[in-house]
Amino acid sequence: MATKDIYYVPEGSKWPIFGSFALFVLFIGGALLFNGNANANFVLYLGIALVFYMFVGWFNDVIGESRSGKYSGQVDVSFRMGMGWFIFSEVMFFAAFFGALFYARMFSIPWLGGLGGGSATHEFLWSAFEASWPLSVTPDPTNFDQPKEVIPAFGVPGINTLILLTSGVTVTFAHWALKNNKRANLNIWLALTVILGFVFVYFQAEEYAHAYGDLNLKLSSGIYGSTFYMLTGFHGFHVTMGAIMLLVILLRTIKGHFSKKDHFAFEAVAWYWHFVDVVWLGLFIFVYWI
Amino acid sequence: MTSIFKKAIQAIFLVTLPISAFADWALNMREGVTPISQKVYDMHMVSLWVVTIIGIIVFGIMFWSIFHHRKSRGVKPAKFSHSTTVEIIWTAIPLLIIIGLAIPATKLLIEMDDTSETALTVKAVGYQWKWKYEYLEDDLTLYSNLDEKSVELSQRADDVDPMEYSDYLLNVDEPLVLPTNTKIRILTTANDVIHAWWVPDLGWKRDAIPGFINDNWAYINEPGTYRGQCAEICGKGHGYMPIVVKAVSMDDYKVWVAEKKQEQDEANAASSKTMTKEELMTKGEAVYKANCLACHQANGQGVKGVFPALAGSKIATQPENLKTHITHILYGKNLMPPFGEQLNDGDIAAVTTYERNAWGNDTGDVVQPGDIAAERK
Amino acid sequence: MSTLAHEHDHHHAPSGLKRWIFSTNHKDIGTLYLIFALMMFFIGGAMAMIIRAELFQPGLQFVDPQFYNSMVTVHALIMIFGAVMPAGVGLANWMIPLMIGAPDMALPRMNNMSFWILPFGFALLISTLFMNGGGPAGGWTMYPPLVLQLNDAFPFLIFTVHILGVSSIMGAINIIATVFNMRAPGMTLMKMPLFVWTWVITAFLLIASLPVLAGAVTMLLTDKYFGTSFFSAAGGGDPVLFQHIFWFFGHPEVYILALPAFGIVSTIIPTFARKPLFGYASMVYATASIAILSFFVWAHHMFTVGMPIKGELFFMYATMLIAVPTGVKVFNWMATMWKGAMTFEAPMLFSIAFVILFTIGGFSGLMLGITPVDFQYHDTYFVVAHFHYVLLTGAVFSLMAAAYYWLPKWTGYMYDEKLAKIHFWLSAIASNVLFFPQHFLGLAGMPRRIPDYNIQFADFNMISSIGGFAYGISQLLFVYIVIKCALGGKKAKAQAWEGAKGLEWTVPSPAPFHTFETPPKLTKAMLEN
Ligand code: HEA
Ligand code: HEA
Ligand code: HEC
Ligand code: CUA
Ligand SMILES: [Cu+2]
Repeated sequence: MATKDIYYVPEGSKWPIFGSFALFVLFIGGALLFNGNANANFVLYLGIALVFYMFVGWFNDVIGESRSGKYSGQVDVSFRMGMGWFIFSEVMFFAAFFGALFYARMFSIPWLGGLGGGSATHEFLWSAFEASWPLSVTPDPTNFDQPKEVIPAFGVPGINTLILLTSGVTVTFAHWALKNNKRANLNIWLALTVILGFVFVYFQAEEYAHAYGDLNLKLSSGIYGSTFYMLTGFHGFHVTMGAIMLLVILLRTIKGHFSKKDHFAFEAVAWYWHFVDVVWLGLFIFVYWI
Repeated sequence: MTSIFKKAIQAIFLVTLPISAFADWALNMREGVTPISQKVYDMHMVSLWVVTIIGIIVFGIMFWSIFHHRKSRGVKPAKFSHSTTVEIIWTAIPLLIIIGLAIPATKLLIEMDDTSETALTVKAVGYQWKWKYEYLEDDLTLYSNLDEKSVELSQRADDVDPMEYSDYLLNVDEPLVLPTNTKIRILTTANDVIHAWWVPDLGWKRDAIPGFINDNWAYINEPGTYRGQCAEICGKGHGYMPIVVKAVSMDDYKVWVAEKKQEQDEANAASSKTMTKEELMTKGEAVYKANCLACHQANGQGVKGVFPALAGSKIATQPENLKTHITHILYGKNLMPPFGEQLNDGDIAAVTTYERNAWGNDTGDVVQPGDIAAERK
Repeated sequence: MSTLAHEHDHHHAPSGLKRWIFSTNHKDIGTLYLIFALMMFFIGGAMAMIIRAELFQPGLQFVDPQFYNSMVTVHALIMIFGAVMPAGVGLANWMIPLMIGAPDMALPRMNNMSFWILPFGFALLISTLFMNGGGPAGGWTMYPPLVLQLNDAFPFLIFTVHILGVSSIMGAINIIATVFNMRAPGMTLMKMPLFVWTWVITAFLLIASLPVLAGAVTMLLTDKYFGTSFFSAAGGGDPVLFQHIFWFFGHPEVYILALPAFGIVSTIIPTFARKPLFGYASMVYATASIAILSFFVWAHHMFTVGMPIKGELFFMYATMLIAVPTGVKVFNWMATMWKGAMTFEAPMLFSIAFVILFTIGGFSGLMLGITPVDFQYHDTYFVVAHFHYVLLTGAVFSLMAAAYYWLPKWTGYMYDEKLAKIHFWLSAIASNVLFFPQHFLGLAGMPRRIPDYNIQFADFNMISSIGGFAYGISQLLFVYIVIKCALGGKKAKAQAWEGAKGLEWTVPSPAPFHTFETPPKLTKAMLEN
């Protein structure tokens, strides 16, 4: 059935509309939660469950089709392009938050402090405010949690950088092992990557607890806290997702899935992993370091 | 040019539609009353003419072609599909035109940006939905609300017709008085959401952004009354926060400042006097119309889900809530702005009394200025 | 030719409801998109009718100011995200595989999901109108702090934007993968029909801009509920920051609406001029330049926020520069008509009207781009006139043209040409009566987004409203024509139009359920564009 020149057009599937509905429920749940609705949690959890079920079901179909050899090389290329551009869209999502960070550092904080074009703003509205980064005292100090200290770059964040960079290397070793059909090595390197990923998340969580509890650095600590937590938070979320995806891949390699030629899912997850890695480098430099 | 254009358009519309042409048909931008507004107008006319001429040429060629190269005339289609020469030409010419427009625009922008050497500073602060003006050198503060007549006519009702009021929605109770022939610095900012301060005759508008101040200037040549509106959506009352500038000579301006200050002092002094219930109710109704009606509505019913009803409200009816009621007005809460700064004790006492007795809230309570003074921190 | 389109043995059209809701067929999904877009156009249009009715004369006639604001906001969101974008994606779905000789879209199941998210997304949005405090009312641009004053509708608005973003990004990825991976052998990039080109470039714009919007509204959400201060000066942020991020998305977005329109018109004009498109290569480069430039002009929507003068100058220059590549397109269309042998069926009429009226909209755009004068124009009806010229008489007219052009291919029947011409003339005249006077209103000083106005603006508003009602009613005719055509009429030939070029005209009309299951052999004549 799968010949090279006949493109595989899948039969109708229930997952797309099911998935749309699942997202719908999920978002209603989220919105109700924000509105303080009494049934919010139920709807939200139902939504999460539906989305999860959708993912499992949909990927099962795809894995099944892939393993029964229905996909031609052309389908594989489509998948690759899909994943590549999906990652690009994620990059642009992070770009919005990096943009906010740069804007705050280069424009709004200096202006509020009377630098650049902000002399009138400073003189008439915030005359007591001093521009600084990291921002320790917000323009209006009363309504915000002023952080006592910020997290130094070369403590835990430095270690986390090493962890992520190492995991980028291990996942590449795993890929080479796969290409050379060394299944044992593949599993070991992949397992190592997964472990490194979760260790990263663990350290990050510890660090959050420290910052929130001991340093009084919170989401509500003004723009520094806002950019800090939103950037590192979304990154941490992506690492968690990536680690879970790696875990799934690991389970599949253990089951003997993938061949030395045909392992798109593996590569897609590896790309994703490199992507979170690169984002982290940006974070490390601009959020923690300079 | 404009008049011919204007007449032509007028004629077309007048024959096609039976509309009472009572108002002057304003078709073009106003030239305004400052050197800058004049230049802005000129720049507008230049760009308008440039695009009009390009339009005539491009559409002219197209229509000629449509007419002559119709299949029904039996023409055979040509086969050509590109020509590097013409493509270069029609890339280069627009580029040159644009450079030609950009140069004067740059000059004008640089001129508008120069806020140095101003003689007077006014800070315009946008509120939902009014303007506050602070004359920084003269130490004078005004609040400028939509005028009462517009408020009445803007209610949705059968017996009102705005058509009879030529300044409908463009008039205020307290205009911003400014001297002519003076370079005035106008700072814009806002208290709650973004507004924009715009008087077309001055030639610019500028956003009023909470937490930031924008620096602008104006130099008015001629005395007169110039009207504008808030130009950034700021909620329900966005269409109801006009700006009126009254330009007078420097001497008249000085006299006005002195009078205004005296007036305010007297009002403040008088405001602590005890009033009768009738006095409080009449005054209260006026204060309510000017300050509260925009949100809580004329009938005190508010807007469901946004602004609470005052008719029958616990705060405005129960005796034990009187204190809360007063502090609520003085200091605001969430979307309700604080009024302590802009209304004096007499006004607040009056409006509180009014609220507690209007729309069936017949509590009989009488609140006196002293009660308000007691709550001020 | 029929061998290209023969039915494959084990794929036959599924029937009943399942055919539509589980569909993986690009034609069915395209049809769904188009029908959905038309419905949304009517809902958004009905809201516009409420706006125009309220503005018919001074004074408050029908609605409360708060509700007026939410009509304006939801009208814009529905028209942009519900009508024009889905209509464009619908056309892309139907036509791109046919034009490049592909059996279907590259990722058919994801394609189906892109579509099905839309009805759910708009259900979320429209439900807000019935909530405590009413629907979103801060304008489609959602500027804080105003938007943060919304009540229950707020999180629904944010999530609507998120979910629609997901749909569009998936749709865009699909188009890119289809075009780069599914072309029939011999269909090199520079041989692709221009419609395909404009859509790939649009897809890039979508992928690069929508995630940024998602980020922006996420910050709104955390500012409201989690105490962050991205958009509050008191905490070191800036309300204007939101505007920067929003317009970084927003300006490319307007080209997302415009580029497919360019593609449509570039397909139709050569057909009815019976002459190849003039300057194909320069059209491709011009489209690409417009797309690239569109990422560097965003702050022209924010000239009045008080940016440093260097920024204002930069954005002014970049904005004005866009007129050059757009001009190239206009001139190319003009040269395509030049010395052709033109006939004026409805698609051609709409296309010609597009060229003229879009250009008028572009002209006012150029005027808006001149910073010192924009200080006067900004947030007045002059801007409203500008963008309805490029959106309604631009994008929507091109969609009407496309619908008439390809209806024979979709339904197998010719539409009623006489009625279509009446529809055209009514639309063209009414839309100008509707929007041309708004230029005057803006210049005379009428701000936008106000429910009531001074009496000096009364006459033009009345004229504009009359034009609006006339335009609205005329669109009922369009629906009648489409339904009539779907039900029957004169049979359409495979090549429905005498001058039409391109692969889509080599398959029978209506196009069979499966086409190009084996890649077509392309002859030189087929690749001419
Ligand atoms: C399809 C959508 C679309 C398109 C294509 C455009 C095209 C353009 N737009 Fe428009 N615009 C909008 C949709 C669109 N716009 C919307 C929705 C808004 C309002 C958003 C809101 O606030 O709600 C807006 C607002 C808007 C503003 C902000 C106004 C304000 O709020 O103050 C500006 C300012 O620069 C602007 C400029 C331009 C320019 C320069 C172009 C150019 O691309 C036009 C280029 C075309 C031509 C110039 C014509 C053809 C050229 C020639 C024939 C060549 C020769 C010409 C010359 C040399 C002049 N637009
Ligand atoms: C693609 C985008 C698009 C389209 C197609 C339209 C189409 C129309 N628009 Fe809209 N509009 C916007 C995008 C669009 N608009 C945007 C982005 C804004 C800015 C919002 C903001 O400020 O935040 C805006 C704002 C806007 C305003 C300004 C409001 C204000 O600032 O206060 C007005 C006012 O006249 C208006 C009118 C119309 C009208 C009359 C149509 C008509 O063309 C609609 C015609 C269609 C129909 C009428 C539907 C079909 C017919 C029926 C339903 C049958 C019934 C008919 C009758 C009862 C007569 N629009
Ligand atoms: C910008 C809109 C706005 C204006 C103007 C306004 N209010 Fe309010 N008002 C509100 C809002 C919003 C609330 C609800 C506050 C809350 O509890 O969150 C409110 C609440 C109140 C309440 C409490 C009602 C209750 O039962 O909770 C009183 C009393 C009141 N306002 C009086 C006034 C008076 C008097 C004025 C004018 C001097 C006024 N308001 C002007 C928006 C406004
Ligand atoms: Cu204030 Cu609009
Ligand atoms: Cu733009």
